[in-house]
Amino acid sequence: MDEFFILVVSTLDATIRVAAPLVLAALAGLYAERSGVIDIGLEGKMLAAAFAAAAASFVMDSAWAGLLAGVSISVILALIHGFACITHKGNQVVSGVAINILVAGLTVTLGIAWFAQGGQTPSLTNDARFSPLIWPGAQAVKDVPFIGGLYTEIISGHNLLAYVAYLAVPLTWWVVYRTRFGLRLRAVGENPAAVDTAGISVTALRYQAMICCGFLCGIAGTYLSTAQNAGFVKNMTAGQGFIALAAMIFGKWKPVPAMMACLLFGFLDAVANRIQGVSMPLVGEIPVQLIQALPYILTVILLAGFIGKAVAPKASGIPYVKER
Amino acid sequence: MIAIELRGINKSFGPVHANKNVALNIERGTIHGIIGENGAGKSTLMSILYGFYQADSGDILINGEITKIHGSDEAIAAGIGMVHQHFMLVDPFTVVENVMLGAEGGALLDKGIDKTREELERLKREYGLKVPVDALAGELPVGLQQRVEILKALYRGAQILILDEPTGVLTPQETDQLFRILNALKEQGVTVILITHKLQEIMAVTDGVSVMRGGEMVAHRKTRETSKEELAELMVGRKVLLKVDKEEAQPKDAALTVENLSVISADGVARLDNVSFSVRRGEIVGVAGVSGNGQSELLAALSGIVKPSKGSISINGTTVTAEAPLDAAAFRDLGVGHVPEDRHRMGLVTAFTADESAILGYHRDETFNGPILMKRAAITEDCAQKMADFDVRPPTPGLKSANFSGGNQQKIVLAREMARKPKVLLVGQPTRGVDIGAIEYIHKNLVAMRDAGAAVLLVSVELEEIMSLSDRILVMFEGRIVGEVDAKDANERMLGLMMANANPETESAASQEPIEEERNLGAEA
Repeated sequence: MDEFFILVVSTLDATIRVAAPLVLAALAGLYAERSGVIDIGLEGKMLAAAFAAAAASFVMDSAWAGLLAGVSISVILALIHGFACITHKGNQVVSGVAINILVAGLTVTLGIAWFAQGGQTPSLTNDARFSPLIWPGAQAVKDVPFIGGLYTEIISGHNLLAYVAYLAVPLTWWVVYRTRFGLRLRAVGENPAAVDTAGISVTALRYQAMICCGFLCGIAGTYLSTAQNAGFVKNMTAGQGFIALAAMIFGKWKPVPAMMACLLFGFLDAVANRIQGVSMPLVGEIPVQLIQALPYILTVILLAGFIGKAVAPKASGIPYVKER
Repeated sequence: MIAIELRGINKSFGPVHANKNVALNIERGTIHGIIGENGAGKSTLMSILYGFYQADSGDILINGEITKIHGSDEAIAAGIGMVHQHFMLVDPFTVVENVMLGAEGGALLDKGIDKTREELERLKREYGLKVPVDALAGELPVGLQQRVEILKALYRGAQILILDEPTGVLTPQETDQLFRILNALKEQGVTVILITHKLQEIMAVTDGVSVMRGGEMVAHRKTRETSKEELAELMVGRKVLLKVDKEEAQPKDAALTVENLSVISADGVARLDNVSFSVRRGEIVGVAGVSGNGQSELLAALSGIVKPSKGSISINGTTVTAEAPLDAAAFRDLGVGHVPEDRHRMGLVTAFTADESAILGYHRDETFNGPILMKRAAITEDCAQKMADFDVRPPTPGLKSANFSGGNQQKIVLAREMARKPKVLLVGQPTRGVDIGAIEYIHKNLVAMRDAGAAVLLVSVELEEIMSLSDRILVMFEGRIVGEVDAKDANERMLGLMMANANPETESAASQEPIEEERNLGAEA
């Protein structure tokens, strides 16, 4: 019993840690797509931020410097995407893919040039990382049955950026549904002409959304290299940007359902790590590849009909051209 | 007092001089019509007034003061509101959210929502503009959506309201309602600018009217001092026959007979519900109805695009049923010509050259085909002939279809479908988006087809067109034929009621007393 409880708690703990960057990236995608800009480049922005954060943290020996660098580079990439898609009305998918490819190559090339460690950044010391925050009393209540374990492992003991990720969910909900910016954001993704004729600049609004997107992706990337890990590894996002994109679609472009989807994917990941190599009753050892593919399989199955039709913002993917 | 004055407005798009030295004066508290053919420059002028474009030169004066309008926000600030032809609504938003968009009154929404509700309540009291404020805009009928657009403008304090082709999507009853609202606005001192190509509306509701042609203002008239005929002539620049000139029909045997025809869509809805009628050689049968009541499915079934679910279609003795359907090519071989409702989607391929578009559906014909390659010269020559016959301008077979005006595109489609002398001609919305001059020409040709012995089935949402062209009129509602009248006996009111499925006969016969009663009740209350 006790062992089982510990297993559950540690799996949930892992779920929260793994899902945090997904949550940030999914919210980033939400801002972009709600404004009418499809962002396939979440992956690339996260990867660039992860590299920039690790590099800056190492050089300056400060996690905050890393965060600043990660967020900055991600916002710059988001603005490049915006420049291509909003100002020049380019194809949004092509621009996003271009960013992904660019970043995948550039991070490794710069990594080799600057640190000569095969594309990695040197390991970060604890000062240069976001380390776990232990909440008051966590040690004291540790041994209280159930509640102690829950409090110490699940509520307490995560790094600052993880808390930021989960706080960003209600914040995003509030912004999207309760503020003027949110109303306009939702409108511009549905019918930009309505926004334009109401005397609001479609271009400015979409750029603002891209900045929000870049900002959140930057935190997500920073989380990967300076909080979850201690340095940048080649291609360390490993498709998480796309998982986040799937989670956002899965969550029907709404913050809370998107977070739930991220948690589900995070949970699958955590379970995958637990049962890797473990022989299960009846089925024996489950191939790890199958488990790793689960989130994707699940996305396809669920999108294929189990969650009802996912209706994207009507204007997403379409550059706004004033009609003549 | 002059609400709006335009002085010497010029605007060019590349080589196209869309507005040439346009001047306009509109009195405050009047309804002013602006008419002109497509491309006459009406929309450009209004876009300049609403800040979508900047004029190359010229001045805009609002209430006597020169006002520079660089964007829609500045137009709104100057008290100008616009109801666009295609509504500018966010479908998944409620009416309140749509109205407040862009005028939220603060960074947070809570207060703005309350204020908007109060304001909508006030506008409802003052102008009688009732709308369900919490309904989703996308789920409202078009008449109400338009009302939301008007409310949006009034909420922003518009004193000048521009309506761009507002009646295109409305039933006659909804149009009447709109005009009542416009008159109420006028009473309150709002200046209304009505852009339209329907002369009848100009006569019905405006105080003054300005006519545009080729980018220029060609005339200003007081509505009560002018006539439809004069306005049409000013618009086109030559005399135009508004009435279709035709002899009494001489119908012969039936060429097209439809019995108990039903078309059921994939989601189980009967788009066409047990329809029976026939069209004889030498007559035009018009199908009236609010768009989306099964007319499109009827045309699709009769041309072989959609298979019937039940019932039969007989064409010149060949019977097509659900069990033995034929495809569109086989229908053509039976002598059915089809001018589709949506010429961009189904009538021609806009990316093709005119001569290619002019053989679509007949492209397998031997005259156009060699053993392997198509005979380009024959195709071009065929198109040149059609263009000459139908007065298509410019008569250039090599020009891309997209580069012709709507009227000329339609002429290309008509030429294609009429060239084979079809026994049955199906015509959908033949004059949608077509200039008044071309309308006259198209109508003349349809009557000529009839007189040559073709059975013509005409589907149109324009009641005037149905009434002037048809010999008999069928009215469709929710996939059924709810009425048939002789064109001689038809009038707009009666057809309008049938289109809304309120039976005019029972209503007029049985309604005398209930209406009296209602009045009494009203008086007591």
